Amino acid sequence: MTELTRRGLGRAALAGALTASAFPAIAQDSNPIRIGYSMSLSGGLAANGRSALLAQRIWAEDVNARGGLLGRPVQLVTYDDQSNPANVPSLYTKLIDVDKVDIVTSPYATAMIAPSMPVVMQRGMTYVSLFGAGVNERLKYNRYFSMNVTGDDIKGTYARGFLECTKMLPNPPRTISILAVDNDFAQRAAESVRTLAREYGLRIVYDRSYPPSTVDFTPTVRAIQAARPDVVFFASYPPDSNGILRAVSELRMTAALFGGGMIGPQIAAVQAQLGPILNNLVNWDVYSPEPTMKFPGVDAFQEKYRARAPQEQTDVLGNYLQPYAYAQMQVVEQALARTGKVDQAALAEDMRANSFGTIVGDIRFSALGEWAKERNLFVQFQNITDGDLEKYRKPGTKVILYPPELKSGSLKTPYGAPA
Amino acid sequence: MDPTVSLLLNGIVSGLLLGGLYAAAASGLAVSFGMLDIVNIAHPALMVAGGFAVILIGTALGLDPLLVAVLQAPVFYLLGTGIYRAYNHFFERRGDEALQGLAFFFGVMFIIEVGLVMLFGPEQRFLDPDYAFVTWRLGEIDVPLRMLAPALLAMAAIGALWLFLTRSFTGLAIAAVAQDPEALRLMAVDPVRIKRMAFGISVALAAVAGGALVVVQPIDPSSHHVFIGRVFAICIMGGMASLSGAVMAAFLFGVVENVTATFYGPSWSPAVAFGWLLLVLAVRPQGLFGRAA
Repeated sequence: MTELTRRGLGRAALAGALTASAFPAIAQDSNPIRIGYSMSLSGGLAANGRSALLAQRIWAEDVNARGGLLGRPVQLVTYDDQSNPANVPSLYTKLIDVDKVDIVTSPYATAMIAPSMPVVMQRGMTYVSLFGAGVNERLKYNRYFSMNVTGDDIKGTYARGFLECTKMLPNPPRTISILAVDNDFAQRAAESVRTLAREYGLRIVYDRSYPPSTVDFTPTVRAIQAARPDVVFFASYPPDSNGILRAVSELRMTAALFGGGMIGPQIAAVQAQLGPILNNLVNWDVYSPEPTMKFPGVDAFQEKYRARAPQEQTDVLGNYLQPYAYAQMQVVEQALARTGKVDQAALAEDMRANSFGTIVGDIRFSALGEWAKERNLFVQFQNITDGDLEKYRKPGTKVILYPPELKSGSLKTPYGAPA
Repeated sequence: MDPTVSLLLNGIVSGLLLGGLYAAAASGLAVSFGMLDIVNIAHPALMVAGGFAVILIGTALGLDPLLVAVLQAPVFYLLGTGIYRAYNHFFERRGDEALQGLAFFFGVMFIIEVGLVMLFGPEQRFLDPDYAFVTWRLGEIDVPLRMLAPALLAMAAIGALWLFLTRSFTGLAIAAVAQDPEALRLMAVDPVRIKRMAFGISVALAAVAGGALVVVQPIDPSSHHVFIGRVFAICIMGGMASLSGAVMAAFLFGVVENVTATFYGPSWSPAVAFGWLLLVLAVRPQGLFGRAA
């Protein structure tokens, strides 16, 4: 496998070159299957982008070790989009028109996937995206497929798991507060909880948004505290999630059910810093190493990932999007294997018609290309006494409360982190 | 206490503490941008680089981040003098400082960000002293030491800078070079040397601010983006070349942001804070403490 990068991320290129030398028979093949995509290797999305790239490189190495795809080695052609959506269209134009890759997959996250869509659609490429939310809702591109748990109807389903947890409380809650960052995903999450709150008998006592540039969350958390909600829902991004939880801790805020769609607590560095502040937080997630999520191959992947993460300076646990980045490529792999050729129409047809066995479970796509059955996890952080990350490798720390078929423990209440 | 009054008082106090962090970030810029007329857009990036250095050294030696911030300031002073040498050599002395100088500092900013990604990775980094998890309760007023300690360090650093600028010959020369470098030359003082020292001081202050930032929140290589608009707005609102004006504007920014967030939601905070900037400039184009041309 060889990595092509534009911005001189030499380490990644060196690792790619070393990998290529590890599989000389395959690497010398002059006709590899080339999979191209941009990834955020610098800028605000780089933490997840770099760990996703590591997962995809591990997939490519696994495939090449098995002899490649359709008898050809796999080569990843990647560029750093610098977390800047404006860079994405030109990079995908280059990948398809100049590099002439066989397959394109997406960058990480909605904000970067959306600007790639016009280029991909114009060229009729089959496209498997990573952690996009509702990207194809209006475009309705019939060759788009999404590796994300949120499903077709984010508004109707995203917050249901969180609100289902209110039924596990000893006393029925009556009020809820909502705070969401001004970005697409968080606003969809807030819209979902807003829509579903009435169904669960909850009156909204605080409902605000905040700009991504917010530095101090103390006054906002105090205003929420003054509204005395029984249930507190945040939809936030790092490092805001960190700032919110620190302010909550400083103000000794408590609530019967506390959490929501906070992006950040899934990341190892945030878990290390916040330590016991996370106790009893109920939060949206995509993966937890609970016995109910031991899908075939996920342990082997995580073992490889964790062995290399420190030297690659990526998330050391790989408990978030990393298995999904690997699974994204498994979808491509299985579709290619079934169709037996690089044919965009045939690949799309295969992806629409079949299910895929991946390390994050069996997946089938809907007509819009989202997961046919959403699988928003809501986990609760439990039994945390310090910032040591070892416990996050084992069951019992991120207990799954929802969905019922993956439930691995019981709700603890209230939330009230020590100051 | 009436809940609304309590919210208001807490909003003001937390705003003052936030203003302390803003003052730390803006004071160095008040020297480079305000006094030297150098549009150092890389100042917040230098602050974040200072924060990473604090985490690296503080973690390795087990030292308090604020102490490390002070100890590393001389190293960043030397870095600042080096950056100024390059800026002066390639742009300022050729009279290209306006647009090309700005491009130079854009370049410095990107180099710092990418350099930090290469060295430390894109993950968030932190170094929390024990007191960062302590909150003092003064009646119904909460004072988190996570915010108070950096604000106090910022005030101490700015106080020392103010004494230096007003009581020492070099400090007075820095103030003078902002107004008339030729007059300074007639007094046998090299204005380039004075500017070099002043720029070094501004970068040293960025390093101190980086230490303050580390105590307040975790940082990553792109953390500086949040501060670029604010610190320039604070310098302009305070009045160019006015250190006390920058401090007052920082406090005003912090209080307006937090009181607005308390009563009207955080979405309005930046709009109201920058609205104040426009209001101040409409009434006093030279800023709060600036001198009219």
